Amino acid sequence: MATLEEQLGGKDRADSWKQFPWWLVAILLFLAYMAWLIITDENYNEAFQFIIGHIGDIEDLLDGEVLAFIGQGISLTLYITIVTFFISILLGLLAGLGRVSKNTFIRNLAITYVEFVRGLPILVLIFTLAIVVVPGAVDRVGGDLQAFPNATRGIIALSFFYGAFMGEIFRAGIESIPKGQFEAARSLGMTGSQSMRYIILPQAIRNILPALGNDFIAILKDSSLLSVLAIREITQLSRLHAGSTFRFKESYLVLTFLYLSMTVALSLLLQWYGRRLNTNER
Amino acid sequence: MNGRTMENEIIVINDLHKYFGDVEAVKGVDLRVKRGEVIAIVGPSGSGKSTVLRCINHLEVPTAGAVYIDGVHLEDKATKINSVRAEVGMVFQQFNLFPHLTALENVTIAVRKVRKRNKEEANRIGMEKLTRVGIPEKADSYPRQLSGGQQQRVAIARSLAMDPKIMLFDEPTSALDPEMIKEVLDVMLDLAKEGMTMVVVTHEMGFCRAAADRVMFMDDGQVVEVAPPDVLFKNPTHDRTKLFLSQILVH
Repeated sequence: MATLEEQLGGKDRADSWKQFPWWLVAILLFLAYMAWLIITDENYNEAFQFIIGHIGDIEDLLDGEVLAFIGQGISLTLYITIVTFFISILLGLLAGLGRVSKNTFIRNLAITYVEFVRGLPILVLIFTLAIVVVPGAVDRVGGDLQAFPNATRGIIALSFFYGAFMGEIFRAGIESIPKGQFEAARSLGMTGSQSMRYIILPQAIRNILPALGNDFIAILKDSSLLSVLAIREITQLSRLHAGSTFRFKESYLVLTFLYLSMTVALSLLLQWYGRRLNTNER
Repeated sequence: MNGRTMENEIIVINDLHKYFGDVEAVKGVDLRVKRGEVIAIVGPSGSGKSTVLRCINHLEVPTAGAVYIDGVHLEDKATKINSVRAEVGMVFQQFNLFPHLTALENVTIAVRKVRKRNKEEANRIGMEKLTRVGIPEKADSYPRQLSGGQQQRVAIARSLAMDPKIMLFDEPTSALDPEMIKEVLDVMLDLAKEGMTMVVVTHEMGFCRAAADRVMFMDDGQVVEVAPPDVLFKNPTHDRTKLFLSQILVH
């Protein structure tokens, strides 16, 4: 007869076998195989070199030509993702605060924005904003359309889209804070905006960090849609490479490899961060 | 009146009514509190006692009636409610400490942002108040690292740091484990002895006897009777008071 400890130990071992992240092994094997192909196969290597692209001269940056410095390929994809992420956080914060505002006009303005965006396919929004609204608005105020290259318009469209979704995240985060927190702040004489800034938002933002991280990954993936604006990020470069060499397999498998390695790395980072946050809470 | 002779009234409540939807929670309450007086509000749950308390610092807006704090009419549109609230401390049943701030930061945040004191000055005040409630060594702890009794004492220090004229307590010991009730009541007793004006919603009859100048018994949104504790507990005049007291004193 096995002792209780032995039985439990055995059960633990069986469970740890079941809990092991086999999915991660499968994905890492795929990524390793692709990496091996890229290193050893001339055609894959050529596709890879073309798609990751290159950054521009440091002098462009010094001249203030940021997009010229960012260049094309992976650097442009990351630039679009990061800039879009921060603009949409700002828009989302405003939309979220608007949604919980007592002011009827501001609240409805925020709801209109969120519902408008949620009712549209992202591709339609990209076309409409980048090709119609931004040029139209720039024209109307007599601005210089040269200052709004396609990449900038693409970032505006993506930010507008994700700002609405982040607005809902911020709203949920704010509403997740118990009413007593607001009451305690108000009873100490804080104004509504002081209570929001010093008491509610710091707690809300902590709660929504994982959700914001997920949106970062979503923006990274959806930046590929900007290839419809002929922005030379990695998806567009893959299409160009496939079109000029007819090596579709190499082009799109390398593209898959690039996105997947970035998203898996980010999502593991997020999981690690989420666990750390949870242990700190205790 | 425990020998206190101050005649000026710091809280005046006139014919207070409060509806929540169709339910009338408070049905015409009058109360006059003198400076330095300690009023205990007792009564069965749902009797409207917490609502009356929350109307005193306008966390609830009365449906009808008037509340004056130190002569200032709270329902007046010209009244700056935030500056009145800064003078009225409130301690909640569930403590409502700010979990993202340390004990000291909890105590100092309003001193800095509302009273506009600099950090050193606020920290000095904060440590003084934490010392007064007996837990200066917990200044750098976060609320989740504190026991319920310690959390409630930090909450009291947080209100005291604003140097309030009035302290309101909304069932401050009801969420505490029995062994922690005393440490909070001791702090409240000290406050009462030092002459703080206090309005306390409580089920602690021992505290009422020891500290209250008057006990107000409420039932069904109305004041049934107001009397000094020895009178109310020994010779209640109303049947409803007798019934309530017999129910809680049995336990």
